[in-house]
Amino acid sequence: MNKWEDNKAWFLILPVFIIVAFSAVIPLMTVVNYSVQDIFGPGQRFFIGIEWFKEVLSDGRLHEALWRQLLFSGLVLLIEMPLGIGIALLMPKKGWGSSACLVILALPLLIPWNVIGTIWIIFTRPDIGLFGAAINTLGLPFDHTASPFDAWVTVMLMEVWHWTPLVALLAYAGLRAIPEVYYQAAKIDGASSWAIFRYIQLPKMRGVLTIALLLRFMDSFLIYAEPFVLTGGGPGNSTTFLSIYLVKVAVGQFDLGPAAAFSLIYFLIVLLFCWLFYQALQAVGTGDKQ
Amino acid sequence: MKIRKRYILLAFYLMVLFLPIYWMLNMSLRTNADILGSLAMYPEHPTFENYMKIFGDPSWYSGYINSIIYVTMNMVISLLTALPAAYAFSRYRFIGDKHVFFWLLTNRMAPPAVFLLPFFQLYSTFNLIDTHIAVALAHCLFNVPLAVWILEGFMSGVPREIDETAFIDGYSFPRFFVRVFIPLIRAGIGVTAFFCFMFSWVELLLARTLTTTAAKPIAATMTRTVSATGLDWGLLAAAGILTIVPGALVIWFVRNHLAKGFALGRV
Amino acid sequence: MARIDLNEIRHSYKPSPKSDDDFALKRVHTTWEDGGAYALLGPSGCGKTTMLNIISGLLKPSHGQILYDGVDVSAMQPEERNIAQVFQFPVLYDTMTVYDNLAFPLRNRNVPASEVDARVRRIAETLELTNDLGKRAAGLSADAKQKISLGRGLVRSDVAAILFDEPLTVIDPHLKWELRRKLKEIHKEFGLTMIYVTHDQVEAMTFADKIVVMYEGEIVQTGTPEELFERPEHVFVGYFIGSPGMGFLECTLEGDIAHVNGAAIPLEPGYGVRASSLGSRFKLGIRPMYLGVHSSREACGELPGFEARVVGVEDQGFCRIVTVQFGGQEIKARINDGHPVAEGLCWLTFPPEKTKLYFNERLVG
Repeated sequence: MNKWEDNKAWFLILPVFIIVAFSAVIPLMTVVNYSVQDIFGPGQRFFIGIEWFKEVLSDGRLHEALWRQLLFSGLVLLIEMPLGIGIALLMPKKGWGSSACLVILALPLLIPWNVIGTIWIIFTRPDIGLFGAAINTLGLPFDHTASPFDAWVTVMLMEVWHWTPLVALLAYAGLRAIPEVYYQAAKIDGASSWAIFRYIQLPKMRGVLTIALLLRFMDSFLIYAEPFVLTGGGPGNSTTFLSIYLVKVAVGQFDLGPAAAFSLIYFLIVLLFCWLFYQALQAVGTGDKQ
Repeated sequence: MKIRKRYILLAFYLMVLFLPIYWMLNMSLRTNADILGSLAMYPEHPTFENYMKIFGDPSWYSGYINSIIYVTMNMVISLLTALPAAYAFSRYRFIGDKHVFFWLLTNRMAPPAVFLLPFFQLYSTFNLIDTHIAVALAHCLFNVPLAVWILEGFMSGVPREIDETAFIDGYSFPRFFVRVFIPLIRAGIGVTAFFCFMFSWVELLLARTLTTTAAKPIAATMTRTVSATGLDWGLLAAAGILTIVPGALVIWFVRNHLAKGFALGRV
Repeated sequence: MARIDLNEIRHSYKPSPKSDDDFALKRVHTTWEDGGAYALLGPSGCGKTTMLNIISGLLKPSHGQILYDGVDVSAMQPEERNIAQVFQFPVLYDTMTVYDNLAFPLRNRNVPASEVDARVRRIAETLELTNDLGKRAAGLSADAKQKISLGRGLVRSDVAAILFDEPLTVIDPHLKWELRRKLKEIHKEFGLTMIYVTHDQVEAMTFADKIVVMYEGEIVQTGTPEELFERPEHVFVGYFIGSPGMGFLECTLEGDIAHVNGAAIPLEPGYGVRASSLGSRFKLGIRPMYLGVHSSREACGELPGFEARVVGVEDQGFCRIVTVQFGGQEIKARINDGHPVAEGLCWLTFPPEKTKLYFNERLVG
């Protein structure tokens, strides 16, 4: 689309610019400020350069948290993307069934994140939870407060339960945008359902799926409240993800300098992935316009 | 036959999806003694005791009011600032447009944990700690970029000839925008409002950090009371269910807009 | 290749249709002969696409049967019917190459690879796509994309019929003509049954041996282009075919004489008498090229001349279209030779063998 060329459009951007500057730029500058200073109290600050960055980068527990985080996000994407697409394919295209599915699917997305944790605490407790009790009845020992493996399973289950609907909703939006004539042509050509999926639905969903991938990666990488409520990062450090560790350092130990340096590195990692995904999105966009 | 199997699978998934929520609903209708006494698939002696306790205690229900106030404020601020910006991005080319757009998106991706301390300091400086506006502004961090992004998509779907015709007909820009343009993208505004509501309503880390009592969100009240009352499961479950209600109501009201937004292949 | 019978087909998109207006197809009962090249002609919304989708099986009709070579296929899916259909806008498998796009319908039916290759190359050559075979289909021009869609329809040699739903809408005019000629060649070469939907009469006449005209959910006439021109069986066919369309005048009858506002126009012997048994109010129809316009009564020759007034002359280069005011009604004439026509008084002649009567919009035989 040809756009009008006019730099006065900046005036329209201005409100957003001011709001975001206030809520993002100033805080970020404070973080940068902390990250290069050693603070003992009011008026007692020393410039120490990149000391905190060195300290944070050599922190073994941070490395562990980072790998844990990458493994977690990777697993989340591997499970949620195919599952979400599958559900979108099952959903009816129109009528009350479609509305009903949309409403039920959107429900978990509108529950405050710590309440999600609470729901799953209740649900997985061996004494009062349906899931916990059912597993125990099957004769399998299950306790997410004692076994790291059980804790992982529980957090993964919760995450998949919570966020797969978002993938499904986005994929559904993509499916709905495919013109009916493509399905008609495929029928005439004698295509199997697999061929329809592989050669029509998947290529046409590429745009929304990239967005879903992006959102799911980011949000799972930033996850905090749900595992914090459910496991508190334990048992041990087995479910201590990056955000949980960061809050432990910043609030728990009140180490402002290292926490700030940690924050910046964290942000840069996210930004790097964000940039990579953005490039991918752009490539998809130009591919479609040809 | 094939269609049947499809819907059985789908119904099974939706049931599994609903099960944890149902379980909490089930517990919210039972007393704590009843819950700890036996595992029951449905409440045999349903009671609204837990709900009465919440509605009878201001320290409980003020949490809901606080949450709703700051979520509404955030929705209004996000939409009012994002509408003109999205219009600019969808209609004009100007210096740095692509960079600003990308920069806005990066804020959507910023870890809230990163902003925890600086936010606290910033709002302390402006004496805004424990006010609704503080939380509303903090949530703009991720909601404004998102709103700009979604609205830009919807606006690009409106042909530019409509703007040109309106200007030729002598509409001033503000009048055109309010009278002509906004009605055209109603579905988009509905979808955007839904997402702003959603992300502001579910966020807790920032909301909890920036409030102490006067603007404390319901979700935070919940966690505190749990430890104080020594795990009253029934009460906890009832409070949890009540946090789902506003969200459920919102989906119900925007469901047609949502369906329309989805049909356009946007969102 | 097959003969296709449509047996008392009715179709409504509404779940419980009440009146005839609820039906997109009111009643269709017709036969498409094996190996015929048909054009399905009609204005937008007359039910052409509905009929095509019913033939291919994309749509199940509310009533009636479809027979392929006498076999009832009404309950079969399109892939079982083995039929090809090309749509108005290009439908491509974006991620595939042009070659794979063309091979797709064959591979889905487990045709041996060597045969697939031969067919694809053959079709690609006919459609001049050979140089693009290795390219990704998504990157090509709209013309090329539609050619691929056409190719996917033509690539199977054993189909019952090939249906085209206004396939050349997105194609440039000069290429349109060429592609239509190609389709015609392919038709001759393989003897396939082809049904070509269009709303453009020129397109229909250059493509088809037989034209089927649809109007408001019904077939109003089937015939060769000449039949449609000389003997339109419905007022609509008269209007729709020819440029400009047939002219109509309200008239009453008295023996073999038609009265148009006082003018007594003689008809073919016996024709008027046959017609009078139907009713009293008729339309008199005549093609503009048969309506004579003369500058004096003497120039009319043997036929009786009727006084009229020329109100407009439009020069179209190879001919002139004259609008004439006659007895309070307007009618158009087409003049091919150079004889002078000026605005003002003139005399009209109606050759009896070219003057038709219509009752209730239908031709009196």
